[in-house]
Amino acid sequence: MMNPAVLIASVYVFALAAFLGYQVISRVPPLLHTPLMSATNAISGISLIGSLVLAGSAGYPELAHILGFVAVTTATINVVGGFGITDRMLKMFGKRKVETKEAAK
Amino acid sequence: MNLTSYFMEATYLVASILFILSLKKMSHPETARKGMFLAEAGMFAAIVGTLVGTHIVTWTWIIAGLAVGSIIGGWMAVSVPMTAMPQRTALSHAFGALAAALVGVGEFVVKGAEMGAVTRSALGFEVMLGALTTTGSLIAAGKLQGVIGGKPIQFRGQNAANLIVGLSMVSSFILFCIHPEMIAAFYTMLGVAFVFGVMLVIPIGSADMPVVMSLLNSYAGLAAAATGFVLSNNVLIIAGTLDGFSGFILSVLMCKAMNRSITNVLFGGFGAVIAEASSNAGGVMREISLDDAAMQLAFANRVIFVPGYGLATAQAQHAVRELGELLESRGVTVKYAIHPVAGRMPGHMNVLLAEANVPYSSLYEMEQINPEFSSTDVAVVIGANDVVNPDARDNPKSLIAGMPILEVDHAKSVIVLKRGQGRGFSGLENPLFFKPCTSMLYGDAKSSLSHLAQAVQHV
Repeated sequence: MMNPAVLIASVYVFALAAFLGYQVISRVPPLLHTPLMSATNAISGISLIGSLVLAGSAGYPELAHILGFVAVTTATINVVGGFGITDRMLKMFGKRKVETKEAAK
Repeated sequence: MNLTSYFMEATYLVASILFILSLKKMSHPETARKGMFLAEAGMFAAIVGTLVGTHIVTWTWIIAGLAVGSIIGGWMAVSVPMTAMPQRTALSHAFGALAAALVGVGEFVVKGAEMGAVTRSALGFEVMLGALTTTGSLIAAGKLQGVIGGKPIQFRGQNAANLIVGLSMVSSFILFCIHPEMIAAFYTMLGVAFVFGVMLVIPIGSADMPVVMSLLNSYAGLAAAATGFVLSNNVLIIAGTLDGFSGFILSVLMCKAMNRSITNVLFGGFGAVIAEASSNAGGVMREISLDDAAMQLAFANRVIFVPGYGLATAQAQHAVRELGELLESRGVTVKYAIHPVAGRMPGHMNVLLAEANVPYSSLYEMEQINPEFSSTDVAVVIGANDVVNPDARDNPKSLIAGMPILEVDHAKSVIVLKRGQGRGFSGLENPLFFKPCTSMLYGDAKSSLSHLAQAVQHV
């Protein structure tokens, strides 16, 4: 049974995160909307920590471990692939500036 | 609570702060990359914290999962071309949602019997959203990759069928919340949610993909946030909510850019009524030769390129940059006009042009560039159609009436690069092509552009 205090705290966290997310994300220019999507995707790969617990905790049945294994795999794909691709994209947005600076020297 | 649990909670707090900071740094292309390093550090901290703070006995599955995931993810990170970014993103929505759904099923297997009603409803949300996003995103990825046809798949009574499937999903969800002993209700909900995801996405056409991508992004995030509620884990709630709201904001922006509501995109059946609504446009399309087009461009003062999905399919981003640079070296002012829904996902065109080394200071949003068309000599439309269709502005009966467009027809001359005489993805006739100021240059966009560049050199 979930402790009501914990539930209330969770709702607070959700509401504040939603508010903060709205403030922060509405400032991201359309130029970066694709990297934004792939970045938030990688960040929500944080489900990985739930998957890790499922895959390895003591006293869990084998089925839970196997479900956890698949979840760890897909979440890791998102974290590694998501951050990797986001970085590749953002590097492209930065590189022209660097080149022109070097050319100026 | 012992010391390691405190350590774990501390890493979660650090991760939450770093995630928010990293998104804040996304507000500018100069700082965005540094921001992502913060997010990566946060992720790493949270993973280490979890492994230290949880009583873990079986490492086999964990190590196997991390290894397989890293190999596949790493391979995707280096090998996926920028033109395939929409399908890659759709696929990652599927993976993220599947992870959330599986964690939910696992939690149910382990602790289902002792859960209270509140936890069960959070779990229900998690599994339901996770499952429908998984299959929905897979269908979207298939459509974008061309494995499944891009045309909307529609049949008689589709909305009724969707309603029935949707209702049975919700009712098994409610049943599961009220009657914890009914294990069947949980698995029915899971199965029906998988089916519902497919049904949600198959009737949607390729042109509406930016909205669908954003919505699926939002669902995947909310599924992760629901996981946080089930596990009472704040960093999951925060990261999931950030993802969910980011997707939601993008969906709203995309819908605004098409002047349509989300319900209209999801249930509108866009392709169904086209035959009758687009008959008024007519006349002759005027073809232009490469040399004439090159001449126009070479002697222009201002040129605006308007890229669309055709740029991505033809992989013509490098060719357009070369032509643009050539024109600039001749003293022509070159700009790029980006419509919010050009391409198949938000920001798709920006990424392609950035890949080709076009400086982002030359990329202009619709509101910025529209007043400039009237003082522009040549607007070059590359594989874009609906986003430059003047019917949206002039014809209140048009299916896309009211959709804000790039007003290329205000330019002195318009050159449209197009594969053939056919209609665009939405199947709408485009009166722009029949205007006296417009001339058509048929052929593959990439080869047209590089031939244009050669011809400009010889002018």
